[in-house]
Amino acid sequence: MASGIRDKVAIIGMGCSRFGERWDVGTEALAVEAFTEAMADAGIEKHQIEAAWYGAGVEKVNVQNSAIPLSTALRLSGIPVTKLENMCATGTEALRGAAYAVASGAVDIALAIGVEKLKDTGYGGLPGGRKGTFNDLWMPYGSAPAGFAQLAAGYRAKYRTSREDLKRAIAHVSWKSHQNGVKNPKAHLRKAVGMETILNAPLIAEPLGLFDCCGVSDGAACAIVTTPEIARALGKKDVVTIKALALSISSGAELSTNEWDAARVINTRIAAKTAYAEAGIESPRQQLSMIEVHDCFSITELVTMEDLGLSQDGEAVGDILDGKYDSTGAIPCQIDGGLKCFGHPVGASGLRMVYEIYLQLQGRAGQRQLPSPSLGLTHNLGGVPYNGIAAISVIGLLN
Amino acid sequence: MSYGITGFGAYIPRRRLSRKAIAAAHAWAMPGLAAQGKGERAFASWDEDAITMAVEAARDCQSGAGAAPHSIVLASTTLPFVDRANAVVVAGALGLPRSTICQDHTGSLRTGLSAVASACGAQPAAPSMIIASDLRRAKMGSAQEMAFGAGAAAVTLGNSGVIATFLGAASISVDLVDHYRTTSNGFDYTGEERWVREQGYAKLVPETVHALAAKTGIDLTQVRFVAPPSANPSICALIASCLKIAPDCVIDGLAARVGDLGAAHPLLMLGSALERAQPGDVILSLAFGQGCDALFFRATDAITQPTGRRGVAGAVEDRFADEAYQRYAAFSGLAAYDWGPRAEADAKTPLTEQYRSDHQITPFIGGCCPACGQVQFPQFPLCVKCQAQVTFEPVRLVDAPARIATYTADWLQYSPSPPFYFGLVQFDNGARVLMEFVDVDGRALDVGSAVRMVFRIKERDEMRDFARYFWKAVPLDGKETR
Repeated sequence: MASGIRDKVAIIGMGCSRFGERWDVGTEALAVEAFTEAMADAGIEKHQIEAAWYGAGVEKVNVQNSAIPLSTALRLSGIPVTKLENMCATGTEALRGAAYAVASGAVDIALAIGVEKLKDTGYGGLPGGRKGTFNDLWMPYGSAPAGFAQLAAGYRAKYRTSREDLKRAIAHVSWKSHQNGVKNPKAHLRKAVGMETILNAPLIAEPLGLFDCCGVSDGAACAIVTTPEIARALGKKDVVTIKALALSISSGAELSTNEWDAARVINTRIAAKTAYAEAGIESPRQQLSMIEVHDCFSITELVTMEDLGLSQDGEAVGDILDGKYDSTGAIPCQIDGGLKCFGHPVGASGLRMVYEIYLQLQGRAGQRQLPSPSLGLTHNLGGVPYNGIAAISVIGLLN
Repeated sequence: MSYGITGFGAYIPRRRLSRKAIAAAHAWAMPGLAAQGKGERAFASWDEDAITMAVEAARDCQSGAGAAPHSIVLASTTLPFVDRANAVVVAGALGLPRSTICQDHTGSLRTGLSAVASACGAQPAAPSMIIASDLRRAKMGSAQEMAFGAGAAAVTLGNSGVIATFLGAASISVDLVDHYRTTSNGFDYTGEERWVREQGYAKLVPETVHALAAKTGIDLTQVRFVAPPSANPSICALIASCLKIAPDCVIDGLAARVGDLGAAHPLLMLGSALERAQPGDVILSLAFGQGCDALFFRATDAITQPTGRRGVAGAVEDRFADEAYQRYAAFSGLAAYDWGPRAEADAKTPLTEQYRSDHQITPFIGGCCPACGQVQFPQFPLCVKCQAQVTFEPVRLVDAPARIATYTADWLQYSPSPPFYFGLVQFDNGARVLMEFVDVDGRALDVGSAVRMVFRIKERDEMRDFARYFWKAVPLDGKETR
């Protein structure tokens, strides 16, 4: 039986660019910004990196296909670089590639980097996605918020939640993240927003209003990984290791059968089960110090609290309104401000989440620092709730 | 053995715009239009055309049961494609076999009834269907904008299950240009109305009808209903007077309810007459345009048998008021809106894929897994439920009962009719499909709402002047929510 990834890979350096409307820089410069910070943090020379995994989600507005643009931007001297894309899980996929390479013993030190420059589309929101030659013939082209808004209809129907209660709970999700984002100098949106403003914002996709949607921004984040032994040999203290990397992709059953109740995301549940087993987590509510989840839209975060087993099914509305996931709550969620305040440069987001947990575990999160966290979880959700991708990583201190 | 009409059906877009609203939009330039500001007209959504409306009328016609037609004619002056057989798209959407003979007829507003006359003349042994459908554009502020409606009507013909026996037909052809339209200009140019009445309708209709009466030996006093060629009330009155028939024998042209349906109007009126007819009643059916067609039918005992069709009266009543003149103008291509950069996406249809999957897409056919019984759309090589690699049994979803499982109103995504409504549709037979919802206005939309399928334009490719078609879901009355 496979032994899993737990404690086989250490993160020795991380970097994260300032996220936002980065009119000042292109994709290459964003990559360099994150990479330079990570290299300084790791304290290694560039020639020590033996392989790289590079994630970019929307290549048409970035630098087009292949790994060449990244290798060129970072002037990597002929090492293997893999370009990958798996929608919103792209950043976490880059980490997975690099971590598996180290764990296999193929390389000692590897780079995972995600870069995305969305603001060169010329408009707000994610670019409208075509679904492929066949699906385009029948599938409606909804926007990203509209895909996730389907969860709201399903959740309301399943738990007989009133429109008002659900709207207030998802508003609290965004309110809380905006409170957190104020304290993060790298966040795109650093402004507290009142509940009434959130509740009364223009509708984007019923029932999601403007503030129920995350920002759209440019950004890059990266991680340098190696073995725990090499990390110690490099003199690292408070060694942070990967406890689990889980990925689950829809079979299409939600879209084509009545198996899905539209009040949950099945792939998140599968990935969570896998991740908890790999990380040896028996009671996530007690063991997780903090979580960074895919709050592309407020309703997604609400449902994710149940999918991760942190709220009982049907109780996320109450837990959220009770402040369970606020910065002072039992399980702080999006302590860095989340996608809500960072925006969602698709390829970078997964690594940006890991970056926050990495900082928190090492006590380097400044104004946002939580009291002695030991274990954190990141979660990405790509595609749509009824046909998507869930990626979960668990990061913690090496005992 | 008698030959004649075995069924009929109709479709009229649900959106109705009052002529008062049209007059109000143009009051700054044409205050005189207010005098015509009575009643309402039907207008099509951006995703409807002569093909989609024909499909809906034919479905209504088919719901009256009867044998599947071996041939279909699509008659229209506004066929979306000049060189691509429009009727073949209709036949595909109706789920008819590839052996169906498909023809497009066009050329004048007579085209639909002319096709009926031709079929009745030939009396083929196999059943046939004639569908007339028109979506005519009119310039802003024109008399046509007030007069026109949009819609389709269909009849099936054959020698089994005849509800109205064909008694005879007469026609004359003469180049009286009451109006014309060329392919290079999308709008009608019309002759003077008084001249058209006096030299056209008042002379050509009696000439044709008297020839028909002489040919068939049927005196006009025997005529119970006249199906007029036009919605225009003054034309309807003129026909009664010049044929010396009681005005109340002329079927209401529906000008006040839906407007003039162009090439579809004669068949719409014929359908309306059939809805009123009792066994033995004689119906005179008329069409006008570069001459005249006149046909006699006699209702049989079968006319009183109940059917599943909604018919003309049902199509007229299935409406909602849409008083936004700007929406009508946008849907009709009269007003250019700036839909923003999200509307810039390339909408090219891969013709290879369209052909490869045409058996699924156009007739909306899902597959039932013979191993586990799961009905699924679309069909992929492996069953979505049991993963078996099987040959699926075809299941047509067009008339399958279905309800909304999830939905949203999307204000971000580009749609020519914002907001873009879509969500998961759960069919009672187990299939589930992500679908667009249309004609939502004024109807209940929630989880559990019942929906019915309609054939519509999925997307227009403005760059290549192409349209591709698929099915969408229309919410039914909110009372059917469970």
